[in-house]
Amino acid sequence: MIALDPSFLAVQALSGLSSASSLFITACGLTIVFGVTRIVNFAHGSLYMIGAYTAATLIPRLLEFSFGPTAFWAGILASALIVGVIGVIIEVVLLRRIYGAPELFQLLATFGVVLVVQDLVVQVFGPEDILGPRAPGLRAPVDILGRRFPSYELALIAAGPIVLGLVWLLLRRTRFGVLVRAATQDRDMVASLGVNQALLFTGTLFLGAFLAGLGGALQIPRVSANTGMDLAIIAEAFVVTVVGGMGSVPGAFLAALIIGQLQAFGILIFPKSTLVVVFLLMAVVLAIRPYGLFGRAEVIGGTHAVGIASRKPQPGRPFILLFTVAALAGFPLIADAYLLKVATEILIFALFAFSLQLLIGVGGLVSFGHAAFFGLGAYGAALAVKWFGTSMETALPLGLALAALGAGLIGAFVVRLSGIYLAMMTLAAAQILYAVAFQWVDVTGGDNGIVGVWPSRWASGPVPYYLLTAALTLVAVLLLKRIIDAPFGYALRAARDSEARAEAIGLAIRRHRWLAFIAAGAAAGLAGGLYAFSRGSVDPSLLGISTSVDALTMLLLGGIQTVIGPLVGAGALHALRDWIMPLTPLWRLFLGLSIIAMVLLFPRGLVGTVRDRWEARA
Amino acid sequence: MTLLTVTGLHKSFGGVVAARDVSFTVARGEMLAIIGPNGAGKSTVFNMVGGQLGPDRGQVLIDGQDITHASPQARFRGGVGRTFQVAQTFLSMSAAENVQMALISRFRQSRGLWTPARERHRAGAVDLLAQVGMAEAADMPCSALAYGDVKRVELAIALAGQPKLLLMDEPTAGMAPQERAALMDLTASIAASQGIGVLFTEHDMDVVFGHAARVIVLLRGQIIAAGTPDEIRQDPQVRRAYLGDSHALEPSQGTGPA
Ligand SMILES: Nc1ncnc2c1ncn2[C@@H]1O[C@H](COP(=O)(O)OP(=O)(O)OP(=O)(O)O)[C@@H](O)[C@H]1O
Ligand SMILES: [Mg+2]
Repeated sequence: MIALDPSFLAVQALSGLSSASSLFITACGLTIVFGVTRIVNFAHGSLYMIGAYTAATLIPRLLEFSFGPTAFWAGILASALIVGVIGVIIEVVLLRRIYGAPELFQLLATFGVVLVVQDLVVQVFGPEDILGPRAPGLRAPVDILGRRFPSYELALIAAGPIVLGLVWLLLRRTRFGVLVRAATQDRDMVASLGVNQALLFTGTLFLGAFLAGLGGALQIPRVSANTGMDLAIIAEAFVVTVVGGMGSVPGAFLAALIIGQLQAFGILIFPKSTLVVVFLLMAVVLAIRPYGLFGRAEVIGGTHAVGIASRKPQPGRPFILLFTVAALAGFPLIADAYLLKVATEILIFALFAFSLQLLIGVGGLVSFGHAAFFGLGAYGAALAVKWFGTSMETALPLGLALAALGAGLIGAFVVRLSGIYLAMMTLAAAQILYAVAFQWVDVTGGDNGIVGVWPSRWASGPVPYYLLTAALTLVAVLLLKRIIDAPFGYALRAARDSEARAEAIGLAIRRHRWLAFIAAGAAAGLAGGLYAFSRGSVDPSLLGISTSVDALTMLLLGGIQTVIGPLVGAGALHALRDWIMPLTPLWRLFLGLSIIAMVLLFPRGLVGTVRDRWEARA
Repeated sequence: MTLLTVTGLHKSFGGVVAARDVSFTVARGEMLAIIGPNGAGKSTVFNMVGGQLGPDRGQVLIDGQDITHASPQARFRGGVGRTFQVAQTFLSMSAAENVQMALISRFRQSRGLWTPARERHRAGAVDLLAQVGMAEAADMPCSALAYGDVKRVELAIALAGQPKLLLMDEPTAGMAPQERAALMDLTASIAASQGIGVLFTEHDMDVVFGHAARVIVLLRGQIIAAGTPDEIRQDPQVRRAYLGDSHALEPSQGTGPA
């Protein structure tokens, strides 16, 4: 171990306190917004990033104008106010329309905002990172037990409690605050507010966005504003709010303090990944207290009971199946190598999205970290090839088994949770795996991943690999479909529709949900393994948030209420990507807007919308 | 023969005492009504007997077996069936599938992976629906049914578990007056023929006094009176509890409530 001298410990603890402050200021806004609107706002991290960019651009101008602390702090405040206004715009244009929507839609829509902001920030502020000025008056380091410590960090340490105090005063001493607290305590109360409701929600978004902007602006003397800030902070802010209990400001403060120290000293234990330590903390807290430190059972997000409903069996199903098999088998006759490659990928992602459908559409379990299982399948297969020299025939089942095992472990944790806590915990699990893949360089190859993962000779080449993928995907989808129609799938739906009723007729809800995680994980793992061999390599991005969101987008695009929706969605998303990405550098903007438009205009997805039209005509 | 024995049940939510030392028994084939004003603690008692809530103190015995800490699932297997104040059904399924699901669970097939659920226990489910007068609606989506019909389906679901004890929390809320009497007559005949003990609560006093063999009156979590319908009607304490609404305790003159 490292020899720990007191001055080192003191400096570590202090920097822990200053990151706790920054984290609290940002997370406090997130938790207040959640408390009132019950929306988990992914775009909160984007607001933080805008705050940092705005401050880093605005404050140098102000300092040119009149150099001094006043200009600096006025600039910080102005940036936060600007972000507050942006928050109001987001509320009026988007959030207002989705307060009653299922939480999956809320998560996706606000993630759409994240994508939009990512491209807009580059358009407005340019692609370069922007290093902000240091704070006038706080430039000289101070001496702490013989070590130099930046004095700006001390100011940050003070900022946390100051903001806590001001927010406390606001919540206790103003009418707005009384309403915010009442709405956080009692959902029905908000409905009875009538006209004031819109004002309350808009005001809350202003406050939340202001705090996010403040948190971001305060960072500029420490780190340059960059395009990765949004997702980095949102992950941490989620952990803080979830650990503290969603909607609880004191909870967020306590959680931020704990996490700040954990990060400061976690570096000593896990030099490379404080994120893992932080997520493990969340796992432990949620295992003991499923609603966080100060959270309460009532404070759960919107409804999540949307999904597949019973439908009469279609006549002529054997024909549809035969036709599908024939079309899949005949495709190589008309397609060139490129098209086959695209078709192979679409099939793989169709299976991936379909496996998620078992959790979300059937079980009502909004998993936001489905990439974990896809990635485990891919890495499982690739590691088997790299370290044990196995063939594809062995590696694919091994990948599937690893994914099923991972799903069993993660599932055992998360089936105790509900709604938004489950979504956050699955996201955290995927992020932990991402960090492991990224940082365990000796085994996983780190950022570069693993290369040389090629199929066996009989399956190599576009046509054979396409046929293999088509066959395995078809079989897996048919099996999953069978499960969905079988008592097991119905039991999942029963628990989704009414937990109280399901328990009262003797269904072991958690057991079923756990098994659903394993089945969905195994299918996603198969998809991941197939993907690894189709590309010949794996890398950590397979485990990343964007992979999870891809699967969710496909579901949304195709329609959650339908069984074949995810299959259509996979094709549609892929087509959109292939078609738009080469045309414009703004594809994130486009994708984000499409997601938002889907949520607002076609919440039933492509298949659902078409089916509704069809049935309305019949 | 005593079927259900409840002794000294106590439950408080923060400062609110929702049940205070509640004790009573239900015999096989008996219909026992719990009445009391809104917030008296009726649903709390139901939930402690059904397993949805754990009591702070006290005991619940079924056939002499202590089930105080048993899960709702275990109670289902032990012969407790129930309906909820706000009907709980599976809205994404048809009426028949709702009942089929209960039968599937009763026969421990809920982890079946092959034969489709809608092909299992179909006849049994339609029979049960016929018992509650819902056979025609078997293939209607539950979400398309009128609320009164959903409550009937819920009763069929509860019966599918072959309960010894049936808990009905406001079974006729949301129904027209004539429907109410019909549903309770039906419940009474099923209870009598199968020896099921029924514990129910109602705000409609006609239903209560017309169908319960015994009535207990709950006020702020406490039992303030227990006895036959006639005794309860005469009880001065009960009349005081329903003060301002004491005509609610009078037998109906044939005109339905407004
Ligand atoms: N989960 C809970 N948390 C806090 N308080 C509760 C909870 N459930 C019930 N209460 C309180 O306990 C008391 C009894 O409620 P309960 O629902 O049992 O009444 P009830 O007799 O069924 O009323 P009603 O006729 O309106 O259905 C009420 O004051 C209620 O506010
Ligand atoms: Mg009640």
